[in-house]
Amino acid sequence: MDLVDTDWKKTAMATPEDLQFQEFEEAAQLLSANPEAVTRSARDLSSVKRERERESVRVNVNLSEEEGEEEEAELLSGQKKQPNFWSFDYYQSFFNIDTLQVLDRIKGSLLPLPGKNFVKHHLRNNPDLYGPFWICATLVFTVAISGNLSTFLLKMGDPQYHYRPQFHKGVSVFCPAWLSVFCYAWLVPLALWGFLQWRSSSNPSVTSYSFLETVCVYGYSLFIYIPTSILWIIPVDWLRWLLILLAMALSGSVLVLTFWPVIRDDTKPASIATVTAILLLHALLAIGCKMYFFQTATQMMMPVASLAPPTGNPNITLNQS
Amino acid sequence: MAEVDEASKPLFAGLSDVSISEDIPVEGEITVPVGSPSHDDEYSTLDEPVKETILRDLKAVGKKFGHVMYPKKSTTLLRDWDLWGPLLLCVTLALMLQGGSADSKEDGGPQFAEVFVIIWFGSVIITLNSKLLGGTISFFQSLCVLGYCILPLTVAMIVCRLVLLGGTGTASFIVRFIVVVASFGWSTFASTAFLADSQPPNRKALVVYPVFLFYFVISWMIVTFSPSHSDGATDTGP
Repeated sequence: MDLVDTDWKKTAMATPEDLQFQEFEEAAQLLSANPEAVTRSARDLSSVKRERERESVRVNVNLSEEEGEEEEAELLSGQKKQPNFWSFDYYQSFFNIDTLQVLDRIKGSLLPLPGKNFVKHHLRNNPDLYGPFWICATLVFTVAISGNLSTFLLKMGDPQYHYRPQFHKGVSVFCPAWLSVFCYAWLVPLALWGFLQWRSSSNPSVTSYSFLETVCVYGYSLFIYIPTSILWIIPVDWLRWLLILLAMALSGSVLVLTFWPVIRDDTKPASIATVTAILLLHALLAIGCKMYFFQTATQMMMPVASLAPPTGNPNITLNQS
Repeated sequence: MAEVDEASKPLFAGLSDVSISEDIPVEGEITVPVGSPSHDDEYSTLDEPVKETILRDLKAVGKKFGHVMYPKKSTTLLRDWDLWGPLLLCVTLALMLQGGSADSKEDGGPQFAEVFVIIWFGSVIITLNSKLLGGTISFFQSLCVLGYCILPLTVAMIVCRLVLLGGTGTASFIVRFIVVVASFGWSTFASTAFLADSQPPNRKALVVYPVFLFYFVISWMIVTFSPSHSDGATDTGP
């Protein structure tokens, strides 16, 4: 009985040891082959791989800046992995961005330099959705609140004025301001992208950016309107027009600098029409925001007269100027 | 026992011949000790009186309120998340924001449903944002933290309404403004104290900014709340 006993013990104790020993061997082999790797979860490994591929592609892009843009586009689209549309990772790839990168992109949208294309220089094949979404949301809130404050400042001296929060005009999510800003930030890039795709299919020298890059450029170009709308609280009319022209010039030039290299090889009428349309829509948004939320002193008189209680003397309001 | 050659015997054959001497005690407990005594409580919560159940949940909510008012780096809020507190706070805030004056549909304050939607929809968006940026916090934990950190703003709303009972002049506005700004800072600070650890270090600001915007909008709604007047007395003006 003793012999059988010891045999059983030996086999029982030997196999776990063997397994353990083999595991370490495999791991050691893996680590020696790839010294930079750290044992992490599978998702981290795939993101590390993706990052490394992107880095190698970026090196190629920097070295071959002079070459045609089509080659770069081919390289990039070939190497990017496509996770499933319905998986969370697909959307997480659009938020792969750090604080410093967001700040850098915002700076790039504020200061357009003639040599630097926003997409090539700042986006670097990593378009994100964080910037466009939160800049649009901040813009709507800022414009609505500043509009409310400017109305309040204008009518502060009026004894019949009763402060209204004007919640439904801008701050509420169900108001038209949200719709117009988000439509501008998403549908106009969609239309532009579709137009560029169509032109590039008929005219091979016209290239186009990806949809996300277009959305990204448009989103970041809206950033300048945030400080502009805060400065619009100052009730000086010519200052407001000056500010709006300055903002339109800056962000319009960012857009033009981004899209001109793409469209300049097209036929003359098409390229000029595209650039004009971009600038026109941009101006329309700015002026629309101003007219809807911010009213000049002369425009104030009309609503006040209608809001005055019926027993009040309507002559009082007309005397103020 | 007989002296037999052991190799020819089958296994355990000798056991039947073993006799137990009478002075060795063979008693004792064979039960395995249960992990924790609370298992017995879980088993019998169906039988306890309703008052106890409600009081237990209320105590949990109250404890979390305490954690929000004195935000320390603790994981209690995260570990035992519940959505009762946020629901309570949201309904209280929405109810107190009613009764604002409105001459036309566009000019009035928020409706009850709008406050509700803003708070819950905003929390969901912020949670999605932090998860997409690589946060390790779970969906409901984040909702729980954001909802509980509305507590200072709700307290500020109560204070504002009390101050408004006394009058609506400039002095009352200054007092309300200071109270709301203080509670806005408190809320933002408390929620970042709970949420900051779960974010990757180079994206913390990206996650904190939407929280800041969220509480800013709620503070704006509280500050601009102006009660309706039954008589024609005017209120604004220096």
